[in-house]
Amino acid sequence: MVERTPILNFITHLVLFIGFVLAVAPFVIVAIAASHNLKDVNDVPMSLLPGGDFWVNIKTAWTTANLGPKLLNSFIMAAGVAAGKVMISALTAFSIVYFRYPGRTFIFWLIFVTLMLPLEVRIVPTYAVVANVLSPYQTILDVTGLSWLIERVSGVQVALNLGLLNSYSGLILPLIATATGTFLYRQFFLTIPDELTEAARMDGAGALRFFIDILLPLSRTNMAALGTIMFLWAWNQYLWPLLVTTDQSHATAVTELKQLIPNVGGIPEWNIAMAGTLIVMLPPLIVVVAMQRWFVRGLIATEK
Amino acid sequence: MEKRVTFSKWTVGILFAVPQLLLIFTFFYWPAGQAVYWSLTLQQPWGGGNIWVGLDNFKSILSSADYWNSITASLVFAGISTGLAMFIALVLAALTDRQLAGSRFYRVVLIWPYGIAAPALALAFRFILAPEAGFMAVVNRMWPGFWDPGLDGVDAMASIIAAFSWKYVGYNFIFFLAAFQAIPRSLIEAAAMDGSGVVRRFFDIQFPLITPTIFFLLVINITESFQDSFGIVDIMTSGGPANATNLMVYKIYSDGFKGLDYSGAAAQSIILMLLIIVLTIFQFRFIERRVHYR
Repeated sequence: MVERTPILNFITHLVLFIGFVLAVAPFVIVAIAASHNLKDVNDVPMSLLPGGDFWVNIKTAWTTANLGPKLLNSFIMAAGVAAGKVMISALTAFSIVYFRYPGRTFIFWLIFVTLMLPLEVRIVPTYAVVANVLSPYQTILDVTGLSWLIERVSGVQVALNLGLLNSYSGLILPLIATATGTFLYRQFFLTIPDELTEAARMDGAGALRFFIDILLPLSRTNMAALGTIMFLWAWNQYLWPLLVTTDQSHATAVTELKQLIPNVGGIPEWNIAMAGTLIVMLPPLIVVVAMQRWFVRGLIATEK
Repeated sequence: MEKRVTFSKWTVGILFAVPQLLLIFTFFYWPAGQAVYWSLTLQQPWGGGNIWVGLDNFKSILSSADYWNSITASLVFAGISTGLAMFIALVLAALTDRQLAGSRFYRVVLIWPYGIAAPALALAFRFILAPEAGFMAVVNRMWPGFWDPGLDGVDAMASIIAAFSWKYVGYNFIFFLAAFQAIPRSLIEAAAMDGSGVVRRFFDIQFPLITPTIFFLLVINITESFQDSFGIVDIMTSGGPANATNLMVYKIYSDGFKGLDYSGAAAQSIILMLLIIVLTIFQFRFIERRVHYR
């Protein structure tokens, strides 16, 4: 700006610098603690000069918490949620923006309401559904008497059972079942000029062709933003993977951190714990740094 | 807003919405309905279906001192961490928006914390704030027994607030900075021409113009403090000591999955749902107002 304000400028630089130190300090401390040996990390005060055991600690944390497969699981879950969200939201938004059918407003509100209740709040019954994902349909058949009817007519007893515990679909699907992305696409579709649709229709394009050849290419920025946000959000999930993966084979890296907390009274292996923390922190940090533009844009657009 | 030009085959249109509708029916509406059903019934211990108990679950929840303790803890946590995270972010964003040398750098770095998983940063903070190692140990050397989140409820609460606020400063910063940058530069230049200084411009122009963002973030921070706190509590304190940090979502989890009291957990879920719905409605009113405002 135009004026000279040396004192204020000094204060600005000072405060911002303090903010910077506070924002970065935990990362730095984690990295330094991860480089010490057991004795140094428990020194009071801990030396801020990095020690020499960094790779040893990383390796120990990696094998103790078995992080290799866990990181892969995290990656599959996060990529699955991001891809699923990007696709399913686009389909739904296309449907509610570009078609007129009875009950459209109702469907809009059905989807809208899902924004209100996060998974954490309805965690217990969602878990029960995932344990047998067909149980809602079974109950509906039972209550309406249809399963009785089917059994009478065909002699087959209807017992639908499909458990999704300890599976990737169980991890991913419930996380996709919200409206976050749908509204991002909706807002964007509404800004696309009608003339484009008219031109496409005049050239003989049907709904599907218009969607694939015109709308999707135009929404690339939205897809990148939404994908980035959803990837991070899914990677950082904790409560849901903790519940659904009762078995080690599908546990994610974030839930595995708990294994590394030093026990009270046990050996305080903070260096190993911090090495593990660093490994788990790194992928989302890389995504934030590399995809900063999309990350910020996605956050602001989805208001998530 | 409606589209003037649409496609006529509406059966095709419904098909496009089917995947999402199936998902939200199975994983959203059914569980939400199930929660209502469970909250009004009691499961027989030896099977044999649920018996209808009306509002008894709610009565027993609302008369339990543990539950009120959990509500109080959640509100204290929500209030302090929201205030802290928003105030710090507002100051940092306002200063970054002055666009002095280096502001581009701060714009990049200050948002990093939001990318980190709550449990990972919780473990980092657990080490940093550990009473026997790390950094609070130095303070403990000087005043023995000053700091111990494992024994002192206030210390434990302070730890989870610190961890949560650290993450959400990054989040609020993104939104505040975007709001500041959306203010037309000409407004600020005009005010500068009229002779108002930096501080005066902040209070008379920038701050009033970003109030919609403040209200929006207020609601988001409070609702996030209910949900995103789970990982932090689970890693740092496990709800202790003596239930001092037993926040609402953590209590639902421990009652439902450790205590296997589905009905009690469902009743708590319903209460939390209502709370969040009220907050969300409040928020949509403000979003609505913001649209008019532009």
